[in-house]
Amino acid sequence: MKYAYYPGCSLHSTASDYQQSIESVFQKLSIELQEVEDWTCCGASAAHVSDLLLPLVLPAKDLLKVEKMGLEVMAPCAACYNRMRTANFKLRENADLRRRVNQVLQADYRANVRVRHISDVVVNEYGLEAIAGLLEKDLKGIKVVCYYGCLSARPQKIVAFDDPVYPSYLDRLIKTLGGEAIEWPFKTECCGGSFSVSKKEVVLKLTHELLDMAQSLGAEAVVVDCPLCQFNLDFRQEEVEARYGKRFALPVFYFTQLLGISLGLRPDALGLKKLNVDPFPLLERKNIHG
Amino acid sequence: MKITLDDQSQVFSQKISGMIGQNIDGCYQCGKCTAGCPIAYTMDPPPHEIIRSVQLGREREALTSHTIWLCASCETCTSRCPKNIDVASVMDALRILAFRQGQTEAEKEISLFHKLFLKVVERFGRVNDLSLIGKYNLLTLNPLRDWRLGKKLFSKGKLKLAAPRVKGVKELQEIIGRIRASQEATP
Repeated sequence: MKYAYYPGCSLHSTASDYQQSIESVFQKLSIELQEVEDWTCCGASAAHVSDLLLPLVLPAKDLLKVEKMGLEVMAPCAACYNRMRTANFKLRENADLRRRVNQVLQADYRANVRVRHISDVVVNEYGLEAIAGLLEKDLKGIKVVCYYGCLSARPQKIVAFDDPVYPSYLDRLIKTLGGEAIEWPFKTECCGGSFSVSKKEVVLKLTHELLDMAQSLGAEAVVVDCPLCQFNLDFRQEEVEARYGKRFALPVFYFTQLLGISLGLRPDALGLKKLNVDPFPLLERKNIHG
Repeated sequence: MKITLDDQSQVFSQKISGMIGQNIDGCYQCGKCTAGCPIAYTMDPPPHEIIRSVQLGREREALTSHTIWLCASCETCTSRCPKNIDVASVMDALRILAFRQGQTEAEKEISLFHKLFLKVVERFGRVNDLSLIGKYNLLTLNPLRDWRLGKKLFSKGKLKLAAPRVKGVKELQEIIGRIRASQEATP
């Protein structure tokens, strides 16, 4: 298996642990990733609120490169994934937009490159059965909630690769690893996303609701596959605790980190020390780590 | 009560419809978008009233509202609308117009963040958190905002001091230049 790989800006900064765990896990799974050469930003939340063409042009510019590679492209960031899928969708649907975008790019992008979310590749393409055959460590006894967020679920007809309201792909993965994935109602609620800096109180309120629900149902950790969700839930967690007078101490793992542990990879190959809420007390308590 | 719209009031809704590629006349104000919106609690007016404002041609009311900036683009409204109206895209279109008209006062910090984000991308090709947050903190007169968090991110190797180096940044700048030129040609 081989994919073009579009890491996106977060994976080179605030989500460098996600990046590290992806490299280690994909090597172990023998899935080859070829990074899109000289990629640029997808425009994230800023482009589509500022302009009509820019949010299509930025992803199309990188997708043109992927087209030449002759591969499907995999994105680990839900925002990049969403923006690339949305650009493809709009360009396929609207010939006038496609003409204007190509005029600006001085190219002929047909919007036929298939864009895949990392979880879709791991769970649906590589498959849980194949993963089950490789496991070295059981996550027995660990209780988590899987949090999917917005951008890989909505808009449904453009981005969803599972049930858009109540997805289960991460839950199924965790069960395959031997862990317990608790059913909970906030799987695809919003964390406030890009407002982490410019409207922090919104993020604190929404992440408080998520953490509070997770804890009240007995979760010991949260599992995510989006760098924005991870940042808000993990790195804003102490502020949430201070503001709402509660103690959560819930580690927020990237799914690739737990998968990596199960595959027998060492914590430093998975960036576990880069998490804000220390995951090691939980892992030691469950006899999972090292 | 029967509401009759004159030509002038229809210009605005037609403009928005043109931008999002969809007619929004079908909205009958059921309020489902507002009911599902995670941020409606702090929006004034709520999302369904923004749609109404557009239908009625109340341009100023829509463009100067806090609501359009507070939309997190989670798309819950769009996915639940019984008339399949792309409410999140309406919010985008309104923000685009507000930017064009320089009407960003309602939520200065949010609009500034978007603007700086794109500036950083145009300059470096990718987001550089340090550069983005540094500029944002300075311009919002809050230079120490999140310094503790920044320190922690840095110590964990999650903030890079060096700006990203992208070979194709010049090409990107030319492309963005052509977008600007095409917009000036067709306002």
